[in-house]
Amino acid sequence: MKDAGKTLEIRTSPHILSGSSVDSIMFNVVLALLPATAFAVFAFGLAGLLTLSMALASCVLTEHVLCRASGKPSTVGDWSVTITGLLYGLTLPPGLPLWMVAVGGVICVAMGKAMFGGLGYNTFNPALVGRAVLQAAFPVAMTTWIPGFMAGRFSSLPSSTLTWPLTEPSTVDAITSATPLSLWKFSHEATAAADLALGFTSGSAGETSSVLILLGGIYLIARNMMNWRIPVAIFAAVVVLSGALHLVDPARYASPLFMLFSGGLMLGAMFMATDMVGSPMTSRGCYLYGALIGIVTVVIRTWGGLPEGVMYAILLGNALTPHFDRWTRPTVFGTKAKEAAS
Amino acid sequence: MRLLGTKTFRHGVHPPESKDETNGLPIRQFPFAPLIVIPLVQHMGAPSIPVVTEGQEVSRGERIARADGFMSVSMHASASGVVRKIALAPSITGRMVPAIYLEPFPGSTQEVIDGTPCPLETATPDEILAAIQEAGVVGLGGAAFPTHAKLKIPEGKFVDTLIINGVECEPFLTTDHRVMLEQSDDVFMGIRYLLKATGAKKVIVGVEENKADAAAHLRERFPSDIDGSVEVLQVKYPQGAEKMLFAALLGREVPSGKLPIDVNALCCNVATTAEIGRLLPRGRGIQERVITVTGPAVEHKGNYRIPIGTPLRFVLDHVGVAEDVNRVFLGGPMMGATASSLDISITKGTSGVTAFTDSEAERTHMQVYPCIRCGYCVDACPMFLNPSMLGKLAANEEFSIMADDHALMDCFECGSCSFVCPSHIPLVQQFRVAKTAVRKARSAR
Repeated sequence: MKDAGKTLEIRTSPHILSGSSVDSIMFNVVLALLPATAFAVFAFGLAGLLTLSMALASCVLTEHVLCRASGKPSTVGDWSVTITGLLYGLTLPPGLPLWMVAVGGVICVAMGKAMFGGLGYNTFNPALVGRAVLQAAFPVAMTTWIPGFMAGRFSSLPSSTLTWPLTEPSTVDAITSATPLSLWKFSHEATAAADLALGFTSGSAGETSSVLILLGGIYLIARNMMNWRIPVAIFAAVVVLSGALHLVDPARYASPLFMLFSGGLMLGAMFMATDMVGSPMTSRGCYLYGALIGIVTVVIRTWGGLPEGVMYAILLGNALTPHFDRWTRPTVFGTKAKEAAS
Repeated sequence: MRLLGTKTFRHGVHPPESKDETNGLPIRQFPFAPLIVIPLVQHMGAPSIPVVTEGQEVSRGERIARADGFMSVSMHASASGVVRKIALAPSITGRMVPAIYLEPFPGSTQEVIDGTPCPLETATPDEILAAIQEAGVVGLGGAAFPTHAKLKIPEGKFVDTLIINGVECEPFLTTDHRVMLEQSDDVFMGIRYLLKATGAKKVIVGVEENKADAAAHLRERFPSDIDGSVEVLQVKYPQGAEKMLFAALLGREVPSGKLPIDVNALCCNVATTAEIGRLLPRGRGIQERVITVTGPAVEHKGNYRIPIGTPLRFVLDHVGVAEDVNRVFLGGPMMGATASSLDISITKGTSGVTAFTDSEAERTHMQVYPCIRCGYCVDACPMFLNPSMLGKLAANEEFSIMADDHALMDCFECGSCSFVCPSHIPLVQQFRVAKTAVRKARSAR
C-alpha cells in the first residue's frame, strides 16, 4: 500500500454502532419535558418559574459538586441530572418555600443517585426520592396548593415562596386551592374532564396539563427512547380497576377518566415510571411493573389516607424491578423443549 | 415465524445495509499476486499436509496438500508456478501458521487442470462427501467448517430438509447475491449433490428481501427435478445465522448445545453450494473464491474472484485505498475481524474485505457510560439472553456464573447487543473473553 507508514487500527467487531447514545436519549427526554415545563411557568407564573429553577439548579449543582468531591469528572453533561431536576421541580407545588426546594434537590441527587453509585446504579427514581423526603418532612407545605392562572402571577409571588430557611410558611394569609384529587377525596366533588386534560386546575407545577405530558411521551415512544409498555400497562390497570369500582358505585368511586387525567398519574406514568434505570428490562416485566403501579395508585387514592398515590406506587415498582426482571427472564433460544421435558 | 408478511426470527437488529455500491457489479477475475501464500490452516480442524516440495512446479488447480484426517481438507494451487518455500506465515489472529509460498509463472495462460470427476448419477453419498473433502470445500460464509464433516449424517439421524443460506445479512457484503445471480446453474447442481449426499427430500433456499432479484432469478430457473422452493426473508440481522434461519424457515429451534441435525435439517451457504456444483463434475478443487472488496476507504469496490492465498496487501493495492484508511477487516462490519497485518492471505473463509476511513472508525470511538438498563440489548439478542446482566457479570469476571446461570455459551457473538448499546459497552468483546475463559476452565477440569 502506498501509505505504508499508516497505522491500521485493530479492534473487535462490531465495527458499526446504531448511533444511539446515553446523552442523546437523556437530552431527548429533556426536550420532551419542555412543553409541560413551559406550561407550568405559564400557569403558575413567577412561583412556577422559581420552583423549577431552584429544583433544577440544586440538582445539577449537587451532582457537579459530588462528582468533583469524589475526584471524578462531572457527569452533568450526560443530561440525566437535568431530567431529575426538571421532574423533581414538576412534582412540587408552586409556592413551596425555595429553601425546601433546594433541600429536596440535594436529597434527590445525593441520596437518590450518587449514594448508589450514580447514573445506572440508582434503585429508585431520584426525583421521587427527594419528593418523598419532602412529603414526609413538610407534609403541610407539600400539600398547600396555589390556584393556577392567578391574576398578577408574573409580577408577584405567593408569600410562602420566600420563607426564611428552616422556617415553615405561615398558612394564614395564603391563597390556596384544593387539587381535583383532594376535592374528590374530601368532598366528593368531580372536576370537568376537559379542565383536567388541559390543565386548568391546581396541582403540582408540571402535573396539571396531561395533554402536553402525553405529547412529550409520544415523541419519546416514536423515537424508541421510552418503553411504551409501561405507561400502557399503568393506564390499563388504572382504567380496569377504577372502572370496575366506578360501575359498582359511581357516587363513591371516581370515574376512570378522572383517575387518568388527575394528579400526577400522567407525569408519573410517562416520565417517572419509564425511567430506564429503575424499570424492568424484559417486556413481560414491564407489563407487570406497570400493572402494579396502576393498581397501587388506585388503591392509595381510593382507600389510603392521602389523595394521591402515584409517587409511592412508582417507588414500590422501582423496588420490585429486579424481581420482575428475574421472574420474567426470557426463555433462552433452544431451551423450550428442555423445559417441557423436565 | 411470519411477522408483517415476510418470514423472520424474533429479536435482531437493523444495521444500515450498505450494499448498493457493489450489489450491481458483476463478479470480475482478480489478477495474480507476484507471490501467493497459501496457509495450510484455512478451516476449523487439523492443518493440511503438504504433498509438494520446495522448488516443485505445480499447475493451477493441482492438489498441493492433503487432508490430515476427517476434520481437514485438501488444498489446491491457486496458480501455475513454483513452490518457493513451505514456511510460517502470519494469519488473521496474529498467530503464525504453516503455509505454502507459491510464485506464479509470469505470462502463463493459467489453465485450470481437471481431476477425477464425481458423477452425480452414479456416486454414492459417501463418495460425494469424499469428493467434497478432496475438493477442499469448507463453509464459505465465514466459518470455514469442513463441509463434508457438516454433511456427514451421524448414525440414527436423518435430514428431511436442506436449507441453502442465501441470506447474507452482513452489511456491505454482496458475494452471495452475485453468485445467486450469476451462477444459478452451479447452485442447482450443488443442491443436487447435497440432496443426494444427505438423503434430504426437499430444499429451501432462503434469501433476504433486499436480494429480491436474486430470489426471482432462482425461482424462474428452479429445475423441475428438484423438490424445493425459494423463500424470501425479512431483512434483519442476524438472519443468516443457522439457528435464526431454521427458526424463520422451518419454525424449528435447534436445542441449546445441539446441532442442526437434531432438528432433522442441514444448512449450507449458497456460495459453498455453488462451488460444489462447479467443482465436483470436473474433479476440481477450490483455488479461488468470490470476495466483496468494499467500504468507504476502497476506491474500486467490487465483487472479485480472488485466488486463495493472495496477500491482503496486494488486494488493497490493486483496488486502491484512501489516504485516511483506518481499519481493514475481513468479512462484514458486524462480525468481521480486523486484519492484524496486511501480510495475511485471503483464505477460503474470507467473504469480504472491508476498509473504513477515519470518519467511519470515529463513530465507534464513543464514550462508555454505565449501563442504564434501557433493555435495548435484551430486545436485540436473537438468543434471548440478557446481555446487560452478562456484561455486569463479565466486568466482575464472574465467568462461571455467566455460563451456568445466564447461558453465556449460547451466545454466538453476532454483536447485536454491542451494536444497539447506547452506553457503548463492548459487550460482545467481554463475552468472547468470558467464553474463552470458560472453555479453558472446562477443558482443564
